[in-house]
Amino acid sequence: MSEPLNQADIDREIAELTGSGGGPSGHPARDYTPYRSTLLRHPKQPLVAIKDPEAAELNGPAFGVTDVTALDNDLTQQHLGEPLGERITVTGRVLDRDGHPVRGQLVEIWQANASGRYLHQRDDHPAPLDPNFTGVGRCLTDDDGRYRFTTIKPGAYPWRNHVNAWRPAHIHFSLFGTAFTQRLVTQMYFPGDPLFPYDPILQSVTDESARQRLVATYAHELSQPEWSLGYRWDIVLDGPAATWMEEGR
Amino acid sequence: MNPTPSQTVGPFYGYALPFPGGGDIALGGITVHGYVYDGAGAPVPDALLEFWQADEDGDLRGRPGSLRRDPVNGAVIGRNGVDFTGFGRVPTDADGHWVLRTVRPGNGYISVCVFARGLLHHLYTRIYLGQDAFLDSLPPQRRATLVAAEEREGVHRFDIHLQGEKETVFLDFG
Repeated sequence: MSEPLNQADIDREIAELTGSGGGPSGHPARDYTPYRSTLLRHPKQPLVAIKDPEAAELNGPAFGVTDVTALDNDLTQQHLGEPLGERITVTGRVLDRDGHPVRGQLVEIWQANASGRYLHQRDDHPAPLDPNFTGVGRCLTDDDGRYRFTTIKPGAYPWRNHVNAWRPAHIHFSLFGTAFTQRLVTQMYFPGDPLFPYDPILQSVTDESARQRLVATYAHELSQPEWSLGYRWDIVLDGPAATWMEEGR
Repeated sequence: MNPTPSQTVGPFYGYALPFPGGGDIALGGITVHGYVYDGAGAPVPDALLEFWQADEDGDLRGRPGSLRRDPVNGAVIGRNGVDFTGFGRVPTDADGHWVLRTVRPGNGYISVCVFARGLLHHLYTRIYLGQDAFLDSLPPQRRATLVAAEEREGVHRFDIHLQGEKETVFLDFG
């Protein structure tokens, strides 16, 4: 029987791959071994390039005012009572590669509660659920590409990648651009988290400056007296878009 | 500008991203379904597939309203049945199976974006419902991974293999 995988094994693997270049544009390589679930779930054949200017993926789904309600961006107002935890606001802009704001597009988030527990049957570790917190929000970006959420700071939680594996606190983000090629699902982390070096999912971004782009900034000017702490996190979507779509959306 | 790196969708998106009717882009047309498999040939029960397509006339201007919500209680009340949004989202079930009901796109293919636990960066592929010049540019064995097989009239089968001998062709848009 093989020895159980421990943090030292993972640390060694992470160190070997640090600065290895990873995938293009700072994205993680899909075959990042320290995150064991990648082993059977990444393609081994090279991707096939599509250069067709008429490709359907240069356009993408649209969302509008019927797809969200005004309360959807406040995760602390979805139940009769207030959730436990540190109330925070998270705001920032969604931009394309040229720095143009992505306007009127859907931003979706999900997260664990303050104790690090997800409202999901597969998360059964012994941390309490919070009857006043679901952990799901959505909004549309405004004309500056800005989004804004009120929520509580999620807790760290254990997972079974290796013995004593813990994820740093994070909020999952799902983003759309004007083109399907710009689709992005990612995770926002909180500054100064001591779990960063141990986490193979964050470390799958092997370039330090690219990794920093996943960490929000504490922004004191966004904190509200007697109410909440503010974080700022801007997001840049990768991928080309049809130029004719730039007007009108 | 430098893009924000991708991170895996993880195992816990199920209460956040899927929505009722997510796989019903349009009714009265065709059904496309299949399984997602990993490199060992095991079904992937925690993949999330997104679909984007033109309408029957090839129009790619998607309309809002895929996630239309009830302003009284916030519940998803579904598409209005008039506007063609072109967008679908379906989680695989415990068997790794997914089903999409839609109309035949005017340009011949449905775009697919694959997310899963263990997949650090999503993958794009296409479901072709007929011949296409792009398919002709691929070696025959790989070409077959992009073509849906008609099981019976109006029902098309399209399996996605993330890895292995039957690995699906995945696409790069640069």
